[in-house]
Amino acid sequence: MQMLSRAWRHTLVRHATLAVLGLLVAVVVLMSVDDFRNRQLTELAYMALAAGGLTLLTGINGQISLGHGAFMAIGAYTTALLLQDPETALPLPLVLLASLLVALVVGVLVGVAAARLHGPYLAGATLTLAIAVPGIARYFSTTLGGEQGLRVTSPEPPAWFLDALFFLTGTEPSNSQYYAILGWTLLVVVFFLLANLIRGRVGRRWAAVRDDEVAAELAGINLARARVSAFTVSAAVAGLAGALMAIQIRLAAPTAFELTLSLTLLTAIVLGGLGTLSGAIIGSVVLVYTARIATDVGTAQGLDSIAAAELAPLVYGTVMILVILLAPAGLVGSLLRWRAARAARGADRRTTPPAARPTDPHHPDGPADQQRRPVATTKGDQP
Amino acid sequence: MQLLNTLLSGLTLGAVYAAFALALVLIWRSTRIVNFAQAPMAMVTTLLALELIDAGYSYWVAGAVALFAGLVLGAAVEFLLIRRVDQSSEINPVILTLGLFVALHAAAAIIFSSQFRSFPAPFSIRGLEVGGTTFGIGPADLFAIGAVVVTMGLLVLLFRFTDVGLKMRASAFNQEVAKLLGVRVGSMLTLGWALAAVVGSLSGLLIAGGGLVHPGYMDPVVVYGFVAAVLGGLDSPVGAVVGGLVLGLSLSLVSGYVGSQLVPLAALVILMLLLTLKPAGLFSQAQARRV
Repeated sequence: MQMLSRAWRHTLVRHATLAVLGLLVAVVVLMSVDDFRNRQLTELAYMALAAGGLTLLTGINGQISLGHGAFMAIGAYTTALLLQDPETALPLPLVLLASLLVALVVGVLVGVAAARLHGPYLAGATLTLAIAVPGIARYFSTTLGGEQGLRVTSPEPPAWFLDALFFLTGTEPSNSQYYAILGWTLLVVVFFLLANLIRGRVGRRWAAVRDDEVAAELAGINLARARVSAFTVSAAVAGLAGALMAIQIRLAAPTAFELTLSLTLLTAIVLGGLGTLSGAIIGSVVLVYTARIATDVGTAQGLDSIAAAELAPLVYGTVMILVILLAPAGLVGSLLRWRAARAARGADRRTTPPAARPTDPHHPDGPADQQRRPVATTKGDQP
Repeated sequence: MQLLNTLLSGLTLGAVYAAFALALVLIWRSTRIVNFAQAPMAMVTTLLALELIDAGYSYWVAGAVALFAGLVLGAAVEFLLIRRVDQSSEINPVILTLGLFVALHAAAAIIFSSQFRSFPAPFSIRGLEVGGTTFGIGPADLFAIGAVVVTMGLLVLLFRFTDVGLKMRASAFNQEVAKLLGVRVGSMLTLGWALAAVVGSLSGLLIAGGGLVHPGYMDPVVVYGFVAAVLGGLDSPVGAVVGGLVLGLSLSLVSGYVGSQLVPLAALVILMLLLTLKPAGLFSQAQARRV
């Protein structure tokens, strides 16, 4: 028993156990629900995947990106181009890997430029990226299909996969179930890797750069390298999510990758709480299901279908504003903070009387424009 | 001849981008926030004007109502939201304005419909004819340029020669000191946002004139306005105007000679080159940040 609890304290063991359990639950759920739910869950998988990549960049490393839809577009178009001809197409794992690599290379390029920027400048630059990339697809209409986009011939499930699942569950999985299982496997594997990366040396460097760049630099961290590596990993994950999206919707078209997609990803990580991977999943769940519920409510209230579809963004735009005003750490972050505060209160009561605690009126950041209101920093209490 | 026409149409675009960039700069100077929601704010007021025009009011009445609506909207956004955001993290205000962006978009699509609708121009949009050749600039374009120039003139008068302008400049320069000297900084910031929203609404009306409007029609403009503002250094109103004109002309050249689909990419290239080579912009005296 004691050995188990010691093993549990080991990050790798804990993450691996959670990943295996998560994968098992996912496969069981996916095999027992119908095709419609499977398609919905695949959508959830690629949104959560991209949101996880963005969490790493914005939440852990402190670089905001409004252009992650662009990296998804790059992944999706790579997949679409590689799957054009089903006769000569590469095997699916290679296609996914290629999409990831292309997004990674572009991520390095953008990351090098972005590493010099901060706050609103970075936001504006990535916003421009989000608007520019669909334009490229429209311009090269002969190779990239222009406005209509490229059709994707989604691969059939391989025989060994069908056999294995038939052996395990006694039923033959449908194509939708295959894509859903593929998506959730990728999600679990990538999140497992990301979770270890974040907990390790690399992740601590990223967080150090976010919390205080001067201190990080003094501690010997190469700021530019930390920023570029975070951007690269994040872009690669978004590219993989884009590849999955192309396989699922069987199309790579510019309209799917407009600004809305990038803003949706940002919404997901804000709702869940910047800085936790579980927040990225929760945010995506809230987003994907709120969209459906809001649309249903709108239709029931007598709105036409186009207006009803807009209810969801209205809700989550409003929620985004409220979250930033009331609970800047998001759903998961606020819970964690509440727990940390309670623990700290308990510890305080045991050690020092409250009057003895120092109160420092001077915030180390100088400029007057930051001193409009008491500074309550949320930094440091993110895991 | 094609070059001349391309440049002339670029001039009109540049004037409108300049107005939009100016709105961004006004807000940046006073509250250190880039208002990404400027685009949907201008879109909402323009669609309001279109509703009035469709209801039979004249262009001028509708335009005036739109500008006034911009004033109210800008003040309300500052008073209700911006004032309450925790600015200790640079990301919070960005996300706030983006949340507003998403919400206003959706609200406009529900209230005004998300279809493409044509917006009338106050004057003919056909090019001027001189001696048998048609130039790429018409009365409507001249009106747009004139409106932007007049607005800028009024802003200069306000900031240079009035008491309120001086107080607003003081609040933007140093809030603590301005407060000690008895300036009601909060009201000045609200006023600053309101004025910026009016300028933004104006650019929304001018871009819409003679074209199609829908909830997303201003989205690229916020990018071009931002690039123009960064060209000028984000801090400098003069820089914003020059940046707007430079950007309008260059994007017009790209659109005319390469392809309109690549215009946003050109804006991205310009922005990246600028931020790499001269991050403080062409006109700013601000210290460059070292990384």
